[in-house]
Amino acid sequence: MASTKHTLVALVEDKPGVLNRMASLFRRRGFNIESIAVGHSELPHLSRMTFVVDGSTTMVEQVRKQLDKVVDVVKVSDITEGDIIIRELALIKVRATSSTRSEIIQIVDIFRADIVDVASDSVSIEVTGEEEKINSLIDLLRVFGIKEIARTGRIAMTRGGSGLLPMEEKSSKTRAKKPTP
Amino acid sequence: MKRMTGAQILCESLVKEGVEVIFGFPGGAVLPLYDTLPQYPQLRHILVRHEQGAAHAADGYARATGKVGVCLATSGPGATNLVTGIANAHLDSVPMVAITGQVARPFIGKDAFQEVDITGITLPITKHNYLVLDAGSLAKVVKESFYLARSGRPGPVLIDIPRDVFIEQAEFHYPSKVDLPGYKPTLQGHPAQIKKAGKLINEASRPLIIAGRGVIISGACDELKQLAETAQIPVVTTLLGIGCFPETNVLNYGMLGMHGMAYANMAVDAAEVIIAIGMRFDDRATAKVSGFAPHARIIHIDVDPAEIGKNVRVDVPIVGDVKGVLNVLNKLITPAGRGDWIQQLDNWRKEHPSTIIRDSEGLLPQHVIRKIYEVTQGEAIIVTGVGQNQMWAAQHYWYDKPNSLISSGGLGTMGFELPAAMGAKVGRPDSTVWCVAGDGGFQMTVQELATIVQEKVAVKIAVINNGYLGMVRQWQELFYRKRYVATPLTCPDLVKLGEAYGILGLRVKRKEEVVPAIEQAMKHQGPFLIDFVVEPEENVYPMVPPGASLAEVLEEREKEAKVLSDSAKLPMSNI
Repeated sequence: MASTKHTLVALVEDKPGVLNRMASLFRRRGFNIESIAVGHSELPHLSRMTFVVDGSTTMVEQVRKQLDKVVDVVKVSDITEGDIIIRELALIKVRATSSTRSEIIQIVDIFRADIVDVASDSVSIEVTGEEEKINSLIDLLRVFGIKEIARTGRIAMTRGGSGLLPMEEKSSKTRAKKPTP
Repeated sequence: MKRMTGAQILCESLVKEGVEVIFGFPGGAVLPLYDTLPQYPQLRHILVRHEQGAAHAADGYARATGKVGVCLATSGPGATNLVTGIANAHLDSVPMVAITGQVARPFIGKDAFQEVDITGITLPITKHNYLVLDAGSLAKVVKESFYLARSGRPGPVLIDIPRDVFIEQAEFHYPSKVDLPGYKPTLQGHPAQIKKAGKLINEASRPLIIAGRGVIISGACDELKQLAETAQIPVVTTLLGIGCFPETNVLNYGMLGMHGMAYANMAVDAAEVIIAIGMRFDDRATAKVSGFAPHARIIHIDVDPAEIGKNVRVDVPIVGDVKGVLNVLNKLITPAGRGDWIQQLDNWRKEHPSTIIRDSEGLLPQHVIRKIYEVTQGEAIIVTGVGQNQMWAAQHYWYDKPNSLISSGGLGTMGFELPAAMGAKVGRPDSTVWCVAGDGGFQMTVQELATIVQEKVAVKIAVINNGYLGMVRQWQELFYRKRYVATPLTCPDLVKLGEAYGILGLRVKRKEEVVPAIEQAMKHQGPFLIDFVVEPEENVYPMVPPGASLAEVLEEREKEAKVLSDSAKLPMSNI
């Protein structure tokens, strides 16, 4: 079976230790996780995690089901097959001398990236886009000497009008504000 | 709403959950809780001698009663001593709540005295766990814990409570509902899938049911019986499924797997449709997966969606509670006869009898089990250790009722037998409970003999004493050219040891002494220990060697010549 990258999106309860639970699950089941990105979601008390898993469809289905078993995980979806928007953000610090700076600026412009910091011997670049775009930019900048790279990992969202949780499910999937007596 | 201490809130919550017994061991971090216990006489506390015993006792209690077992330990070493028992409950899906004390909140994370990150340690072996950081949330945590422990696919839940939370005061209010947005098990099977399964079964000429512990957990024994008898479908069970379908029923063809009946394995191999109910295709049951049921379409009914498709390819997956699914399925099944198929299985059963005990001058362990069966008339609860004693207890006793065989299947924990038998007897005091142990496993938790004496728990103990770690020795004989490394082991004079603990006992060395000894044990009104000194190098057969498929089952010693005798040549498989 061909190995492909799958994008999984999960909504998890915003409690201490949840990230630990997920990571621990990946490690002990031997799942190959390429990247994890976590942040707030549109719902209070729920965080959104985006994973990139490298594996066959059967293996990824098992990943999804095991994640779903974790009590703090409210929903997990494999959105790879759908029409999705994929983005990542990277900060790249490149060595830049007065002679190489303008060439670097040209490359930055071509990629519609931004220069967010300048020092006497380096330049820091911010770029967003799909992974291949970021990889290409890094490849082109490598010749100048890369000092540091920080990447967020992939976040993704389906195109179209529906959210990860359909509106009618939102109330059942979030905790009531006050415990019901 | 009253203001109470955290310790009182915990006790009130346990009472609300119907807890009657707690197996535990005190320590600094749980002292405030212990001091509060006498205010709650409905909670009987049983002091064990090692926390592992508490965990296994809670496990045996849970399996015997269907209730959630509760064990309690202090922080640090108390908590870590529970780990084996928790992992054991996790792998066998046993409902359990483990409560551990923790150092006071200001000390957490500072390598304090008797501090250990038990929630971190038990992450992979609990269904869920909690570190409670304020007394106000304790009631909700307890309610959620019990709900999680017993619902869906049951499992152990750990609650870690810092010492100062036991002392802190808060208002006690026991919630009427749980609010767990991330936990909504699917209990009803998809009707279209069930219909598909029904059609497949009705059209099959060689169907076979493989039933596991899920049938017992779901309380679906009657529904299973109806399915098997209406459609005349033969049934085989996993080790933990034994008892879900009476073994004396003519349609029951025994246990499958590594040490299952040869004819059960042959049935799996020849089946055209397999109906897997509440079982998870564990490697002990399937043997080599690529050679498993090569001709069959597989219907898999289980409450845990992650088990479906995990080990074998499934044709008709049905996620749902077994009882409910079978109720719907049974309405779609047409009564049928499957004379030819059943005749085939009966022939195999006749030609490959897997439960014949050979003639021997010496005392055979299989004979001991058979005699326990006869004297107890198949009515006892048998709690086994792990290894050869476990396999013989599964093979030579016929279990008609669910939870009459209690055994550590998934984790295979030696030392489970004695504390679990104690827990089972505490839960079902009117039943006869026999602990069947090997001399190796018995020595691992023998300290609980003191508990059964102090608490007056009348467990009958049969130690199958062969002077070896039997199962490991068998493997060394078959695959490591009889190099018995670290397997011969001595043990103390067990009768004298029992006496020292305050337990009556006997030693049996000859065949004719077996029945009188068992009868004496049964007549005695308290715990009783019998040291059965058996043939030292007896092997468990049938056996499917590692790396082989179910069809390649070995039946007796004579066929050992076919077995690979050098471990280096063994194909890759899970031990």
